Amino acid sequence: MRKQNRFAHLYLVLVFAVLYAPIFYLMYYSFNSGGTMHGFEGFTLDYYREVIQDTRLIIIVINTLVIALLSSSIATLIAIVGALAIQRIRSRRGKNSLLSLNNVLIVSPDVIIGASFLILFTIAGVKLGFVSVLLSHVAFSVPIAVLMILPHLQEMSPTLTDAARDLGASRRDVLTKVILPIIKPGIFSGFFMALTYSLDDFAVTFFVTGNGYSTLSVEIYSRARQGVSLSINALSTMIFLFTILLVVGYYFLTRRKSRPAAVSESVAEVGVPR
Amino acid sequence: MNNKGKPVYLIPYYLWIALFVIAPVVLVIYYSLFDLDGNFTLNNYVNFFTPVYLRMTLNSFWYAFLITAFSLLVAYPAAYLLTRTKHKQLWLLLIILPTWINLLLKTYAFIGIFGTFGPVNAFLDLFGMGEQQILFTGFSFVFVSVYIFIPFMILPIYSALEELNLSLLDAARDLGASGWTTFRRVIFPLTISGVRSGCMAVFIPALSLFMITRLIAGSQVITLGTAIEQHFLVTQDWGMGSTVAVFLIAIMALFMIVTGGSRKGVQK
Repeated sequence: MRKQNRFAHLYLVLVFAVLYAPIFYLMYYSFNSGGTMHGFEGFTLDYYREVIQDTRLIIIVINTLVIALLSSSIATLIAIVGALAIQRIRSRRGKNSLLSLNNVLIVSPDVIIGASFLILFTIAGVKLGFVSVLLSHVAFSVPIAVLMILPHLQEMSPTLTDAARDLGASRRDVLTKVILPIIKPGIFSGFFMALTYSLDDFAVTFFVTGNGYSTLSVEIYSRARQGVSLSINALSTMIFLFTILLVVGYYFLTRRKSRPAAVSESVAEVGVPR
Repeated sequence: MNNKGKPVYLIPYYLWIALFVIAPVVLVIYYSLFDLDGNFTLNNYVNFFTPVYLRMTLNSFWYAFLITAFSLLVAYPAAYLLTRTKHKQLWLLLIILPTWINLLLKTYAFIGIFGTFGPVNAFLDLFGMGEQQILFTGFSFVFVSVYIFIPFMILPIYSALEELNLSLLDAARDLGASGWTTFRRVIFPLTISGVRSGCMAVFIPALSLFMITRLIAGSQVITLGTAIEQHFLVTQDWGMGSTVAVFLIAIMALFMIVTGGSRKGVQK
């Protein structure tokens, strides 16, 4: 029994090691003065300096953040409406078909989303660049946010809205004073989810960025295709630290609100990689 | 709430569905019917059934199958062992954390690791196997993809295992089942739904990946995803690209119906 236990631990340790090795490998070589990802020659912060002084890169980072914040805000607003729309349909069949339509973009492969949006924007005459990237990020964030909001709406007791109506609340009051406060945690996690999807997205953005406009992951891809450059390592180290900060922050924020639900929710939030 | 008409505030959502869900699918199907010069043709579909595209489709399936199978092989024991640890929540969070890191950065790391002077080759050298060309092979593509997808396989299996009633295991043991029999006859069938959703979360993206193939496998591996990207962004042959996309959509839909249908059967 004891021996089996040790083997089990070894296996888990191995899985974790493989999972984290590439990340730490990247970070380690970001300090290599040799300029390659093998043979550590000496410690240097040159690549960090390079990243910070690269104005083009800073503009790209700002682009990425602007797109992420803007698209997830818009997507969350549309998603609130969408969740309400799905909720108010009475027939089971209608509800299911609307839900399936909602989920199409979640299960579709990114290449297809990217390619079809490229056709769409070209036909509609939208110039590829900021607008097309923003619109497509809004588009693929909506269904995720809907799925985060909907459970909260379904848990809400319908008698609450009836009571509010009986007490003379207008439709608008019911929405702003009763429904929205109740589904607030869902709105919050929907927004956060949309934000991370947008920050991470590569494949869809790659299709709809024209010349001269770029987000971080598209830039990383084009640099990585040219081979090893340690400024990518430095950049990824910074992104990694930022990500951890974001995740830890989010974890504690949600944990304070509803302790037991936090982890199961964060499990549910992991989608297909983009 | 009353159902009199559709309130105005619902319009943005329905507009979103029409513009970004229905229109793109229709447009892809429409474009698949045109050739490079914009003439109506069914040639794209004829072309798809030539050996070049059929081999590519088979290839794509084979790699997606390998990736799914290896992910499952690694993830199932890991998920099982995770349910047995103390501080489960913490370990689970540590499994999730790498998924938040941009997949391109993780892929990029493997360019260094698998490179000619990278640690893997140094390790092989140590055992006298000499330097191997690891980068730009099918192996490196499968390895990196499995690496990327493992968390997405572990999580659904983990939650299925968490729901497992432990007294069933005791019962199996009391009735004299060996460890392997218990696993084969009790644990695995009861967690099959987790396995299924894990496989779905891995198989479909694996069919359509193009960035990992481009960065890690060079031109050695061509999947449906790479073909679509190539047609749309390099050769500008949108018609043929759309045709490949139509087939990918059809395959996916079929896959969903098959797996979705059997899930209903299990629940009954």
